[in-house]
Amino acid sequence: MTYQVLDARWLSPNVKRLRVRAPHVTHNCKPGQFVIVRALVDGERIPLTIADSDRAAGTIVLIVQVVGATTKALCALEAGQAILDVAGPLGKPTEIHPVRHAVLVGGGVGTAVIYPQAKALRDAGARVSAVVGGRTKPFVILEEELGRVCDDVFPCTDDGSHGFHGFVSDRLKRLIAGADVPVDLVLAAGPVAMMSAVAEVTRPLAIHTVASLNPIMVDGTGMCGGCRVTCGGHVKFACVDGPEFDAHLVDFKELTDRLTAYRAFENCAMERSA
Amino acid sequence: MNDTPIKPKAAERMKIPRQAMDARNAVARSASFAEVNLGFVEQVAMMEARRCLDCKDAKCVGGCPVAIDIPAFIDRVAVGDFAGAADVLLRDNALPGISGRVCPQEKQCEAKCIRGNKGGDPVAIGYLERFVADWAREHGDRRLCPPPKCEKKAENVAIVGSGPAGLTAAGELAKRGYGVTVFEALHEAGGVLVYGIPEFRLPKSIVRGEVESLQKLGVEIETNVVIGRTYTIDQLLGEMGFSAVFIANGAGLPMFLNIPGENLKGVYSANEYLTRINLMKAYDPNSSTPVMRAKEVVVVGGGNTAMDAVRVARRLGAERAMLVYRRSRAEMPARIEEVLHAEEEGIIFEMLADPAEILGDDGGWVRAVRCVRVQLGEPDASGRRKPTRIAGSEFEIPCQIVISALGTRANPLLTQTTPDLKTNQWGYIVTDENGMTSKGGVFAGGDIVRGAATVILAMGDGKKTAGAIDRYLSLNRRPT
Ligand SMILES: Cc1cc2nc3c(=O)[nH]c(=O)nc-3n(C[C@H](O)[C@H](O)[C@H](O)COP(=O)(O)OP(=O)(O)OC[C@H]3O[C@@H](n4cnc5c(N)ncnc54)[C@H](O)[C@@H]3O)c2cc1C
Ligand SMILES: Cc1cc2nc3c(=O)[nH]c(=O)nc-3n(C[C@H](O)[C@H](O)[C@H](O)COP(=O)(O)OP(=O)(O)OC[C@H]3O[C@@H](n4cnc5c(N)ncnc54)[C@H](O)[C@@H]3O)c2cc1C
Ligand code: SF4
Ligand code: SF4
Ligand code: FES
Repeated sequence: MTYQVLDARWLSPNVKRLRVRAPHVTHNCKPGQFVIVRALVDGERIPLTIADSDRAAGTIVLIVQVVGATTKALCALEAGQAILDVAGPLGKPTEIHPVRHAVLVGGGVGTAVIYPQAKALRDAGARVSAVVGGRTKPFVILEEELGRVCDDVFPCTDDGSHGFHGFVSDRLKRLIAGADVPVDLVLAAGPVAMMSAVAEVTRPLAIHTVASLNPIMVDGTGMCGGCRVTCGGHVKFACVDGPEFDAHLVDFKELTDRLTAYRAFENCAMERSA
Repeated sequence: MNDTPIKPKAAERMKIPRQAMDARNAVARSASFAEVNLGFVEQVAMMEARRCLDCKDAKCVGGCPVAIDIPAFIDRVAVGDFAGAADVLLRDNALPGISGRVCPQEKQCEAKCIRGNKGGDPVAIGYLERFVADWAREHGDRRLCPPPKCEKKAENVAIVGSGPAGLTAAGELAKRGYGVTVFEALHEAGGVLVYGIPEFRLPKSIVRGEVESLQKLGVEIETNVVIGRTYTIDQLLGEMGFSAVFIANGAGLPMFLNIPGENLKGVYSANEYLTRINLMKAYDPNSSTPVMRAKEVVVVGGGNTAMDAVRVARRLGAERAMLVYRRSRAEMPARIEEVLHAEEEGIIFEMLADPAEILGDDGGWVRAVRCVRVQLGEPDASGRRKPTRIAGSEFEIPCQIVISALGTRANPLLTQTTPDLKTNQWGYIVTDENGMTSKGGVFAGGDIVRGAATVILAMGDGKKTAGAIDRYLSLNRRPT
């Protein structure tokens, strides 16, 4: 099996979209699921969301942000090259309940998670709004694609260079307050700080909120426990029990802390690969 | 044949001392992943083989879960007919190079050896098995490559998991002419043999060699496929056209201590630690796989997994690599040889200690384990002496990494997606004595049926169940 890259293009200065041949993954895959990818010989295995999939063509779309050695190697790939390993689909699919109005909040590369969710919710008959954020205009991704499947898309930038000037969580608060159809579901995917802020916006309003967590993973099958997160006081393995959890129950502080475990190591790995 | 001149009489044989296995120097090896045991040379193997009394009622055979004809293969070694010895071994065991290295011989074949029970050392059956397997491999002996396939059968069999159970079943079924596809969740085949057991105990080239010979037999190995997610069992039996499925997905769910501090940075399950190092090659400085290294490492547990983790930690530079175990040394389930090797390598054994809390610093990193002293009571129903905590005996062990090696349980991922598969109260799959499950055409074996057990039992299940699958498919075959 070779996992060939069929096309590759940059969506933002540090985010690349790869369409990859992986027919086995398309067989049963659903929104909210991810793959585990290996890019370097003898290297790490990393989780990436399945941003889109096409069963007939046997292809999936990965949207990758450069943060360390493995994502850098992936983003260096061009059409015609191949990824060493792609395993999946993994994780539980997003639970799609009939809701009236769902707001999907995507920060940076987390926007990749909300795109398939938006399609599924629209197909389930919900009104779907998306709030997507980035540092500056070039870092807001998938705005056009989301526009085709959502009722509204609200871009936000930290510096005001595009759309709303400020954090996605602030835009969400305003959207909820002014919504003609009351918001009864919020899905959030992005940096931990963002998901935590979103949870604080919806907590007092008691709006069901689901966060797509991104702990460090190894196997993705429940074998190592490296992906453990605390949710409602219970330890869960994000790769099999998640990656989506009730955002009002997640211990975001612990997750933030655990994500720094390999920082020193990764700086070395990046320098070596530079 | 021509064995009479070389084989001494019983009384002579009794005088030969058990031959020692040469091992790499303990200081040198505690910084290296090269194999510890160096193997027998031919003369030493023949000398050891001559110690065997060739018993009429060879009790050793009953101690071996796959009932290898031990006196017969040892007889061939004694006369220098190593290829003949390989022939005998392979009749009952497809992977002798692996079992010879990792079987708990002192509890199995060698425990039953009559020579040992006459008040001497038992015959070194495991070392001899390993010698023969290695000899055959090094001499390119065709006998270690399985024989050509018999008549091609129409049916295809799917195997879930490429550990010792799955690989053995794959070989047996391919030899019987079935089309065989092994589905493996990870990127490399071998199960615990590649992700768990470290290179210094079982070189990966041996496992890779076995996998390649299966591929030569026509076995397809599809890595990166997680059954239950990528395909369900029903899809394998339905649209994908397999006539039977053998589930051999192991017992890979790690247990944690369930004490405060377990999510601090620096706390690993042995599975994660060993996977990063073995499968993902973190021991190689050129690998981009991160793994933590520390001066002081505590591993909790007393089995093979704990022993592997603590010896790996030592090799990654721990000055104080310590094993913390609730019972005493005599109760440790690990292979005796590993315990001795660990001791030689400077591993510290802290027995009769029970971890109560993992303590962290302000940055969220492990700084110590707080333990409580325990004493052992009377043996319970299982025959094991139950540890009880001694009040006021708490003490701290400073460390920066804690590895939990408490054993594993059944991973529910596959069984949850196959609701009509009967499991017991611990989540293990229930089978009849032929390995058949409650679901038609679906068989299971290895750790997912037995709970965490041994490599040779998994291989035995693979072989036995392959036979049962063959019978099942033959009965269901329509006459043409
Ligand atoms: C279920 C899931 C889905 C994901 N989907 C995507 C996706 O679609 N696109 C994408 O670009 N990324 C995604 N991620 C995050 C991605 O897995 C990490 O960015 C990646 O593991 C980093 O690997 P690296 O070797 O390049 O960087 P490393 O060198 O491993 O890490 C670089 C920096 O990133 C931090 N980091 C490490 N792992 C993670 C992580 N899992 N999440 C966030 N930060 C991390 C480290 O603390 C470090 O500071 C997902 C993560 C999960 C768990
Ligand atoms: C560190 C360690 C050291 C050990 N040392 C010894 C020893 O010295 N001697 C000894 O006799 N025993 C030892 N054991 C125990 C022994 O390894 C196991 O009993 C044996 O490997 C079980 O074999 P198995 O084929 O049932 O499963 P495994 O070897 O566990 O293989 C199962 C395979 O299935 C794959 N899999 C799981 N789920 C799925 C899925 N849904 N889809 C596809 N693939 C899947 C897994 O990735 C894995 O590769 C040790 C175990 C460990 C962990
Ligand atoms: S397979 Fe294991 S138990 Fe059987 S003879 Fe060999 S070492 Fe002994
Ligand atoms: S019991 Fe011991 S001495 Fe007797 S045949 Fe077996 S290995 Fe040889
Ligand atoms: S990634 Fe290993 S258990 Fe989740």
